[in-house]
Amino acid sequence: MMLEVRDLTFKVNENGIEKSIVKNISFEVKDGEMLVITGPNGGGKSSLAKVLMGIEEADGGQIVLDGEDITGYDINHRANAGIGFAFQQPPRFKGMTVIRLLSIAAGRELSKPECCRMLSAVGLCANEYITREVDGTLSGGEMKRLEIATVLAKTHKLCIFDEPEAGIDLWSFSMLVQQFEKIHEKKEESLILISHQERIIRMADRIMVIENGNIKAIGEKDAILPTLIGSDDSCTCF
Amino acid sequence: MALLDEITKKILKQIDESGFRQEGAFNLRHNGIALCHGDSEHIKIKKKEDRPGIDVYIDGSAKGEQVHIPVVVDASGMTDVVYNDFFVAEGADVTIVAGCGIHNSGCNESRHDGIHSFHVAKGANVRYEEKHYGEGEGSGAKVLNPVTNIYMEEDSIFTLDTAQIKGVDSTERETNIAMGAGAKLFVLEKLMTHDNQTAVSNMEVQMNGEGSSAQIISRSVAKGNSKQIFHPKAVGNAGCHAHVQCDSIIMDHAEVSSIPEINARHLDAAIIHEAAIGRINDEQLVKLRTMGMTEEEAESVIIDNFLN
Repeated sequence: MMLEVRDLTFKVNENGIEKSIVKNISFEVKDGEMLVITGPNGGGKSSLAKVLMGIEEADGGQIVLDGEDITGYDINHRANAGIGFAFQQPPRFKGMTVIRLLSIAAGRELSKPECCRMLSAVGLCANEYITREVDGTLSGGEMKRLEIATVLAKTHKLCIFDEPEAGIDLWSFSMLVQQFEKIHEKKEESLILISHQERIIRMADRIMVIENGNIKAIGEKDAILPTLIGSDDSCTCF
Repeated sequence: MALLDEITKKILKQIDESGFRQEGAFNLRHNGIALCHGDSEHIKIKKKEDRPGIDVYIDGSAKGEQVHIPVVVDASGMTDVVYNDFFVAEGADVTIVAGCGIHNSGCNESRHDGIHSFHVAKGANVRYEEKHYGEGEGSGAKVLNPVTNIYMEEDSIFTLDTAQIKGVDSTERETNIAMGAGAKLFVLEKLMTHDNQTAVSNMEVQMNGEGSSAQIISRSVAKGNSKQIFHPKAVGNAGCHAHVQCDSIIMDHAEVSSIPEINARHLDAAIIHEAAIGRINDEQLVKLRTMGMTEEEAESVIIDNFLN
């Protein structure tokens, strides 16, 4: 089992009032499996992802990655243990070039052709971007695609993508879906995708629906998908 | 060929990234004396008769050539003042690599004041690189006060790439630029201060000629208890364009002041100034940590790239 999450709890303090965001959640992700997490906005999906990466500290529960208890690990130790994470809204780095950021992500100096291949895979016209700065001159969509490339730059045990489709045009989205399919076919990495996008949800091995900090449903795609999609094939859940 | 001691070699590595060599056009000033110098076919260096310094003559046939004129001060307690003038002929294309490094192993102040004046003729293209660096185990201060005067004739291009790497206890930089018609100026100023260091940078750009343009980017990092003051001033006396951008990262108990001044004296002068001072963004740190870096490593990468 690649990931085992047991009784995970995460709370925040809002104006002196404690509020549970993630409520005793338990689930597993198998080796090479793609789990898509979906559900209404504000239900706790992104918070759960951040707790898994160590960006937010859990208030209770246990996280085991490939047999290693990582509950007490901080962000970088979890990254070095094998988790990759793509942010919903990636930060910009003034002065840092695209090739530099991707080299850091890959953990080694990348050649220009290697960098080009990574950028092309996420729909960026590679040569044009290599020496550009990761600053305000890149659009939101370009930043998002670059963010995904930073995770794809290295092989992880588990990759977490928080709404990878957000801010991406249709053409790039198709390329992105192909990338996820390729990774999924290889079965070398387990994937957690947080998404509202039907096309991504349809790629899943299993689907987990989170609502109000709880798991509303979890199971094989064929069992969960019909509950999310109406009879006329229109989306009723999100 | 002059033999260089280890301290001098080490400092030269810091201030002359492209590698100082005693070939082509060069002049190495060491503790107030020209230790070695050479000319090339198109670049001649002459010692001044009336005051310390050199005159560098670059003829119009110089294309893609370099001239290296580093300064090393390793005598504690020394004050070295030098006047260097550069005469760049019409159509020349040259890179001038300057810079000063101070090694102070004593308890007295070591100081270098380099007053550089550039006379750039019509259509010439000059890239000027200047790095400042201080080191040494002594308690004596390392002080660098450069003055840079640039006179640009019509359609000339000047790129000023200046960096204070580290170890300079006090600096007061004065930069004055006068631009003719169609002249193009690019300035990239990078400055790092730490501990109790202080830095003041005053820059005045007078855009006198029609169609002149200036892009000035200043990036700084202030750590420890250091203090920095920036005062860039862009004056449009003709139809011109200028963009001044000052970004600073502030850390620990440091203090940064950015005091921009833009002054339009012509209806078609378009001048923009942007300034931002702030701490390292937490989201940047977290992103790099998700790539496996410690917080300290992430901080270092952010600063290095910001000043790159």
